Amino acid sequence: MSANFYYGIEVFLNGLMAGVMYSLVALGFVLIFKASGIFNYAQGVMALFAALCLVGFQSGQIPFSHVINATFGTDIHHFGWHMPAFFAIILTLMMMILFAFLVEKFLLKHLVNQEPIILFMATIGLAYFMEGFGDLMWGSDIKKLDVGIPQGGNIWLETNTAFLGGPDFYGFYIDNLDIWATIFAAILVIALILFSQYTKTGRALRAVADDHQAALSVGISLRTIWVIVWSIAGFVALVAGIMWGSKSGVQFSLSLIALKALPVLMLGGFTSIPGAIIGGLIIGVGEKMFEFLIGAPFLGGATENWFAYMLALLFLVFRPQGLFGEKIIERV
Amino acid sequence: MLYREAGDFKTTYAKDQQTFPIAFDRWGYFIMLALAFIVGPMIINDYWLNAVVLPFLIYAIAALGLNILTGYCGQVSLGTGGFMAVGAYASYKLMTSFPDLSIIIVVLLSGGVTALVGILFGLPSLRIKGFYLAVATLAAQFFLVWLFNKVPWFYNYSASGQISAPERSVFGYAISGANALPHVSYLFCLSFVVVLAWGARNLTRGANGRKWMAIRDMDIAAEIIGVDPLKTKLTAFAVSSFYIGISGALLFAVYLGAAEVGEAFGITKSFLVLFMIIIGGLGSIFGSFAGAAFMVLMPVLLKNIFVGQMGWPTDLAAHMEFVIVGGLIMLFLILEPHGLAALWRTAKEKLRLWPFPH
Repeated sequence: MSANFYYGIEVFLNGLMAGVMYSLVALGFVLIFKASGIFNYAQGVMALFAALCLVGFQSGQIPFSHVINATFGTDIHHFGWHMPAFFAIILTLMMMILFAFLVEKFLLKHLVNQEPIILFMATIGLAYFMEGFGDLMWGSDIKKLDVGIPQGGNIWLETNTAFLGGPDFYGFYIDNLDIWATIFAAILVIALILFSQYTKTGRALRAVADDHQAALSVGISLRTIWVIVWSIAGFVALVAGIMWGSKSGVQFSLSLIALKALPVLMLGGFTSIPGAIIGGLIIGVGEKMFEFLIGAPFLGGATENWFAYMLALLFLVFRPQGLFGEKIIERV
Repeated sequence: MLYREAGDFKTTYAKDQQTFPIAFDRWGYFIMLALAFIVGPMIINDYWLNAVVLPFLIYAIAALGLNILTGYCGQVSLGTGGFMAVGAYASYKLMTSFPDLSIIIVVLLSGGVTALVGILFGLPSLRIKGFYLAVATLAAQFFLVWLFNKVPWFYNYSASGQISAPERSVFGYAISGANALPHVSYLFCLSFVVVLAWGARNLTRGANGRKWMAIRDMDIAAEIIGVDPLKTKLTAFAVSSFYIGISGALLFAVYLGAAEVGEAFGITKSFLVLFMIIIGGLGSIFGSFAGAAFMVLMPVLLKNIFVGQMGWPTDLAAHMEFVIVGGLIMLFLILEPHGLAALWRTAKEKLRLWPFPH
């Protein structure tokens, strides 16, 4: 077999790993969309915000120090401690729960019964707000996130697959971080499924997703459910933020992963958790393979920006509700 | 007292259906136009033109276009930036390939090219609806920006990958390029705005507009009463893209002068124009203008306050601007989901009764 063929397999594997990362973000979208019918554009920014908080807590940064310095002419920036990753994660999680509570109280509560498009636009507003708020709180410089997940190529895999190819093949290169992300994603999905199938709250969540009014009529509090769902989405965002943040640093561009997750959602369907996972894998592999086989040699590269969208677009023309989405029934 | 129809008798159907049925409104509109055309050029200077007036006029055209598609026809589009880029690059190619062509024709033709591209990307809207369509239009955004970045033919193989507008003039006055005078480019853009707004108003209240609104309100019901969804949706995409293309061409040729596609026509542009029509009011011509004015003026104002008055560094001020823009959008949606146009309508209703509310 030629080295090129093995390189293709490596691209394929890396595509799968990238797909898992997309799925992590897409999961948060699906959770909120199912429970409240809101297409939450702010999911990517939530990941950014969670990662910013995590880094901030870990390194003991003083919140809003830039603003305080600019207004009062002081010069403060750090508390001067280093918090263990575990406590920082717990603190960040509490932040995200608080955030979910505030979003429900100040935004969603007032927008009940509005058209979906209005809600969507409100989440765009929320995304802008949080982007600016996160930067005001923690500063906009690129930060390094390290919670102890191993990084760099996996040596074991590399040395043990080197025998496959010829002398110029050194084995498959796969980042340790991606492997861990896959493991975490798997745990997360299993936990979510168990939670929604076997707990009382989970059953309430599914009831709300099924029919708002019927759920209300049997005494499920919509507002509590929304806080819970947004908290879970915040938790998923935190996991995504940790993974993406460790990979490429915590900075503004982290919020753009939302744009990567959108085609995944279209492909998998807005309402399906398995759809988010499988859609993510298809998109991840598809765009990496397209770039490798057609994009880079023939089209000048950087096709990853749009390929996922085009794939999803073509796919939707044939199946408008996505791979696993609920069949759209229209009535007059 | 002045603001009511009482005593203003209409004797023809045309008069009954005019855009401004109240005499006060009508005269106000004509006076505004006269001021804009006669007094405007006299007092305009470089700072106001570049900071406020030109962006307002150009974005108003884009907002009109997007409002036709989203507000009147109900098809949410996030591809505005990409379509503006088509307009800009079409005008660049036309200007450099046909140096003798008048810039007015160039701008109109760029709109036409964008309309064709818009129809192409509008085709999936027949199958894909709602959020799926909104996300699908992002395909147009990313693909078009990538295309203009990667294919050197579009930027005439220039080393920097930028396009820059050559000097073109109308009636001997430079419109684009370094020698353009502020009042000339102001009048040039203003004329386009007035004509296009007049066109939009009349399109949306005619048969076409009614079909668009029928599709928006319930597409299946519209289809049953005989509205052809294919034609209706595609005309909405075409007209909307025509407007957006013209605004892209003007933005590039008159306002920016030189542009790099990822920076000038990125996805932030799409969101900016979308915010304009939300804040202004979906499905309203006045709303497009109000929203454009709001979104252009507010950053200037905020920058003056934070950087000018409070002495903050510019990056902090930019973050604060994000917070305020985001907060205002949420606030608007909560308090008045139908935007500034609805506020204006309520004010007018109140004014009609004032000062005797019974």
